[in-house]
Amino acid sequence: MTVLNNGNTESYVKIPKIKFTKLFINGEFVDSVSGKTFETVDPRTEEVIARIAAGDKEDVDLAVKAAREAFDHGPWPRLPGCERRRLMLKFADLINENVEELAALDTVDAGKLYDLGKIVDIPGAAETIRYYAGAADKIHGATLKMSRDLQAYTLHEPVGVVGHIIPWNFPSQMFVMKVGPALAAGCTMVVKPAEQTPLSALYYAHLAKLAGIPDGVLNVITGHGSTAGAAISSHMDIDKVSFTGSTEVGRLVMQAAAASNLKPVSLELGGKSPFIIFDDVDVDKVSDLALQGSFHNKGEICVAGSRVFVQEGIYDKFLVKLAEKVKSWVVGDPFNPKVHQGPQVDKQQYDKILSYIDHGKKGGATLLSGGKPGGEKGYYIEPTIFTDVTDDMIIAKEEIFGPVMSVLKFKTVDEVIRRANATKYGLAAGIMTNDLNTANTVSRSIRAGVIWINCYFAFDRDLPYGGYKMSGFERDFGLEALYKYLHVKSVATPIHNSPWL
Amino acid sequence: MRVWITLKLKLFCLGQKSYLGREFYQYSTAAAFEEPIKPPVNVEYNQLLINGQFVDAASGKTFPTLDPRTGEIITHVAEGDVEDINRAVAAARKAFDEGPWPKMTAYERTKIILRFADLVEKHNDEIAALETWDNGKLYEQSAEIEVPMFVRLFRYYAGWADKIHGLTIPADGAYHVQTLHEPIGVAGQIIPWNFPLLMLAWKVGPALASGNTVVLKTAEQTPLSALIVAKLFHEAGLPPGVLNIVSGFGPTAGAALCSHMDVDKLAFTGSTETGKVVLELSAKSNLKPVTLELGGKSPFIVCEDADVDQAVELAHFALFFNQGQCCCAGSRTFVHEKVYDEFLEKAKARALKRSVGDPFKPGMEQGPQIDAEQFEKILKYIRSGTEGGATLETGGDRLGMKGYYIQPTVFSDVKDDMLIAKDEIFGPVQTVLKFKDLDEVIRRANASRFGLAAGVFTHNLDTANTLMRALKVGTVWINCFDTFDATIPFGGYKMSGQGREKGEYSLKNYLQVKAVVAPVKNPAWL
Repeated sequence: MTVLNNGNTESYVKIPKIKFTKLFINGEFVDSVSGKTFETVDPRTEEVIARIAAGDKEDVDLAVKAAREAFDHGPWPRLPGCERRRLMLKFADLINENVEELAALDTVDAGKLYDLGKIVDIPGAAETIRYYAGAADKIHGATLKMSRDLQAYTLHEPVGVVGHIIPWNFPSQMFVMKVGPALAAGCTMVVKPAEQTPLSALYYAHLAKLAGIPDGVLNVITGHGSTAGAAISSHMDIDKVSFTGSTEVGRLVMQAAAASNLKPVSLELGGKSPFIIFDDVDVDKVSDLALQGSFHNKGEICVAGSRVFVQEGIYDKFLVKLAEKVKSWVVGDPFNPKVHQGPQVDKQQYDKILSYIDHGKKGGATLLSGGKPGGEKGYYIEPTIFTDVTDDMIIAKEEIFGPVMSVLKFKTVDEVIRRANATKYGLAAGIMTNDLNTANTVSRSIRAGVIWINCYFAFDRDLPYGGYKMSGFERDFGLEALYKYLHVKSVATPIHNSPWL
Repeated sequence: MRVWITLKLKLFCLGQKSYLGREFYQYSTAAAFEEPIKPPVNVEYNQLLINGQFVDAASGKTFPTLDPRTGEIITHVAEGDVEDINRAVAAARKAFDEGPWPKMTAYERTKIILRFADLVEKHNDEIAALETWDNGKLYEQSAEIEVPMFVRLFRYYAGWADKIHGLTIPADGAYHVQTLHEPIGVAGQIIPWNFPLLMLAWKVGPALASGNTVVLKTAEQTPLSALIVAKLFHEAGLPPGVLNIVSGFGPTAGAALCSHMDVDKLAFTGSTETGKVVLELSAKSNLKPVTLELGGKSPFIVCEDADVDQAVELAHFALFFNQGQCCCAGSRTFVHEKVYDEFLEKAKARALKRSVGDPFKPGMEQGPQIDAEQFEKILKYIRSGTEGGATLETGGDRLGMKGYYIQPTVFSDVKDDMLIAKDEIFGPVQTVLKFKDLDEVIRRANASRFGLAAGVFTHNLDTANTLMRALKVGTVWINCFDTFDATIPFGGYKMSGQGREKGEYSLKNYLQVKAVVAPVKNPAWL
């Protein structure tokens, strides 16, 4: 790999003017009730970008009150779907008009690649809003075939006030992935972005207001999980919580929901996804894909293909390729267009990843590449590849959430299915083979929510994704996501002398 | 104007709004005698649109399109025939087989359709004026309802383009089965003159969203609005050959499209007689599947519990809207005997109050009929009503000496076997029939070869539920009428047609279902 970070990031520093630093409640940017703020830090330099209002329980209460009012008495759920569509299309257009600024915010805040943000993340955010805008008038219930003289049908009603708690790894995508379907369904909401990356969420709130989405429909409370997040999870007047983050925190969210008003919860949590390579593949192409699978977004991605299972026939050849390819993987300032990998999001993640790397080294795995911090300043880590990894090593079991790949060897289809499934997680899997039978068998056998065959991260707003097992439940994206934000109400009434039943 | 804004909000549903408080018009004093208002638009496009280019007909022929207010010529339009249909189909074929339209991502199609909707919105008034000039419908209706609804329809279908899902299927045995919903190919579409823009949207919207290419034949009475919107569609980025517009006549251009061996699908809206011909030509040529949306003689049933004032207003709207030129017009007004006399008196008063005149004049409720042929046909039906023993309560003649205006006409004492109770008149002629009980009205309402729509006016839940299931029609409007929306499917039972347009159902008209089956070895589950 190449590390371009020698502490000199000056030529690429492009911190945009930070326009929004306060909570967004009922259509207004306001200070927190306590007046407290917290720092959001540039992971490239470890310097403070801005001070952001620190929302806590009182602020969540105000936001929920606004959302409740907007739901119970406001226009949003009472608008025809095509009117919600119109405002959401406007919202999407405004996102397109502000692509560069939004991409820059995510880059300084999260260390994400600026070019990718400009080309993929932010336009993708607009597309996601547009997708759900188009769905707003396509929420169909059913009229039911009843076994006796009843006329019956289902209504899909918005669940009410939704709390969204989103992580820092894809601030824009996560925001629209949650907000899009909830808006289309006619819900009102309180969004808590991660404390590491509050900037773009506030910007989106501003754009939503400009688009004409009524006050109170979309509220953003910046703050920490243990305060603002906990207040959302345990709020008695929130009807649904949608959370994306770690499995540990997911458990707390669900406990808080259970202990308060039994609100339904959807969780999209951690993963340790297998990336399975069979003997018949083109090793050259697959090694590129495997690198992306582990190192994309600095490995900070819940669906990272972090357990690379390689069939024994090509194992050695694959390692040679991998070692060769990782050399051209460039780590450095994410504003630099030549860079593949920016800094990890914060000190805590950075330290955690380095400690996992240490575990790998001490636990007996072979270090093929990387294994060290990348440079003097900022949270850069070299892309790290361990080979000869066995299933019982910590690096093969736990979610590292950093640029660390574990390569494991296998012999047969049955064996790799068993080993791939021997995890508490079940988020995604990659299957690299051109053999139809292998592809079909393995894709049905892996207990995971997304299977990518000869591709990886083939995400799209059309494609529902979410976890099996302790990777969570319910789905984001696709039309499936709409149903998280809808109640089904069955309506039945007797009929007389119907000519058919 | 307030009424029209209400209409805009409630789509075509008049709901509870009444015309009380408006200036009292006696139709005979209305604007039909005044000089016609100059339409605020010029005709820019009068050629065929083939492969993205405006071209003359191969024969060089043209035909006049007339202003129904005066019978005078608006402009001459290129007259498409067999050779032009062949050219258009060839262009559509190439655009389908070679792309890019069906090969681009659904989201790309979404974006182009959304851009088109934005452009039409921008040209709203101009397009509306053209529609009114060519068709004679009220300008307020064109500008405030129909063009905006056209825009909404296309935005609706834009949203479908990327949501056309097949299924994975649990077969009996170790098989992996999935369905692919593929575009069917080149769609031939033939639309009528009563709602030129909306009919285009109903057909072109789902066909293009699902990745097909189209050859559309407009009605010879109303060729103009399709040409301008198709032009805008190309401005929005529609590739050439995807949407081809051929103006011309049914027996020539229409028949050529129906019999074409390289058209994969046909959709027709028009009369039941022509629908039969369309189906026959399709059967005789390449057995292309056909969607038909044909005539109707829809019952509007006023039950004994009805608030008579509201029922009168809605029944009046159900019949007279768009000069009575609606396939789903509520043209058999069945009124329960308990409220019959009061209803009749008020229905007559309401018809008398209807303001008829230049459709460009604000505040009018009714413009001219589309053309001389329809005009004569309607007057003939009116004569047959009188001769057949029905009581002419009001109207019954033309209005003014120029153009195709007809007096709002109400017949009472109508019997089921009279021609005016059986045939589709497609004009401002309301026929009022009396009934005693629910079973009787169900039987009589269903005793028609048509089955397009029905109106039910009651607040009794049991009555509403019984009628909605018993009526053999494609749409039942309860306490509303002509409530159209992009999301609500529309189509007929019996000889009112086959297939459904609008809503999710309309996508099926333009999609093939391909089942893909492969064995799965050692499946983890079945």
